[in-house]
Amino acid sequence: MQTPAPFGYERATSVDGAIASLQRLGPEARIIAGGHSLLPMMKLRLANPEHLIDINDLVELSYIREQDGEIRIGALTRHVALLKSELLARHFPVFADAETVIADPVVRNRGTIGGSLCQADAAEDLSAVCTAVKAKVVIRGAAGERVVGMEDFHVGPYQTAVGAGDVLTEVRLPLRPGSGSAHEKVERRAGDWAIAAASAAVWIAAGRITDVGIGLSAVGLTTIHLTRAEDLLRGQAPSEDLFAEAGAIAAADCSPGADGRGPIDYKRHLVGVLTHRALRRAAARAASQEA
Amino acid sequence: MHYIREQVGLTGTHWGCDTSNCGACVVLMDGEPVKSCTVLAAMADGHDVRTVESLEVDGQLDPIQQGFHERHALQCGFCTPGMLMTTRALLDANPDPTDLEIRTAISGAICRCTGYQNIVGAVRWAAEHEAAARREA
Repeated sequence: MQTPAPFGYERATSVDGAIASLQRLGPEARIIAGGHSLLPMMKLRLANPEHLIDINDLVELSYIREQDGEIRIGALTRHVALLKSELLARHFPVFADAETVIADPVVRNRGTIGGSLCQADAAEDLSAVCTAVKAKVVIRGAAGERVVGMEDFHVGPYQTAVGAGDVLTEVRLPLRPGSGSAHEKVERRAGDWAIAAASAAVWIAAGRITDVGIGLSAVGLTTIHLTRAEDLLRGQAPSEDLFAEAGAIAAADCSPGADGRGPIDYKRHLVGVLTHRALRRAAARAASQEA
Repeated sequence: MHYIREQVGLTGTHWGCDTSNCGACVVLMDGEPVKSCTVLAAMADGHDVRTVESLEVDGQLDPIQQGFHERHALQCGFCTPGMLMTTRALLDANPDPTDLEIRTAISGAICRCTGYQNIVGAVRWAAEHEAAARREA
């Protein structure tokens, strides 16, 4: 039997209540949302929190809406809602791309965007997606609320800007015209973690890439933000040669480890191909939106 | 899942991988299929939980159970409770699924006998018989 170490449990009735509980119980307390990463890790004794604070009753954290030039997603929004959202499909199709290949439909009924980002597994897809679309996250703690860009979100393996007494409450996606986005993933079998995955978003105006975001999953200790490839693409006209060059940079700038999913040279090659494909598809979507 | 089996005594829900991979322990929580190994009993408090035992009513098999019987969709039977609950939820949401939709729905449920072909056939059987029953009603 896979049994977690003993732990305490309470249900939060408000975000402020959850923060107060985190403050009171100290750094060994953890928020639990869908639980589909945390509970298996507790059973395998990879995580041993002393207290769980269940936020599943905080339905006010479950929404996808447009507000003030952004799409705002509540932290407790489940994968299945991200997959089915017409608002997201219209502005950021990268979410539906990713959500069809994250775990399986039954897991997607429980897992949440906030939980995925806070778990910050380097192989997790939504962290790369949010990096690509230049998302910002809202983090609330005892001292109030702050907004952190994805570029400052990951501070180490499984470590984020969300501190011990903090709760991630919202993900914000700035809306800008001419956008296109796509996610490409290769896995060994349905529902598995990625061998490698690439998320790309481009913003195109007058035939030029005005801005671009690229995030990689499963090929480093954290989600990889491909700043060097982004610098290459910015200001250029989209082309196959350009995207191939960006793919070559991606292959060089990732740092995969060899494991049961493949050797390092294979993963680097795969990252190059997936980055190229994600950029191509993102640019095509931007063009179709422009027309 | 351990609460369902050991405290409530309903052993139809099977205990497989215990880490949300295999799908043998799927139950319906408020109508949605969930992997019960990865929902704490305390988290389910106040919610409606349906296990495989709820499918048969007064000796009458649910069409999905009948479909598994007609199409020989179980071999060892270990994955069957999870498969039944997962596909019951599919038909509740989508009464006429394509083969691809059925395969996607059970993509988080592992049959180690690898009898997927017959499981897809069983779900089709149930869908068609439920549609016929609705037409007669």
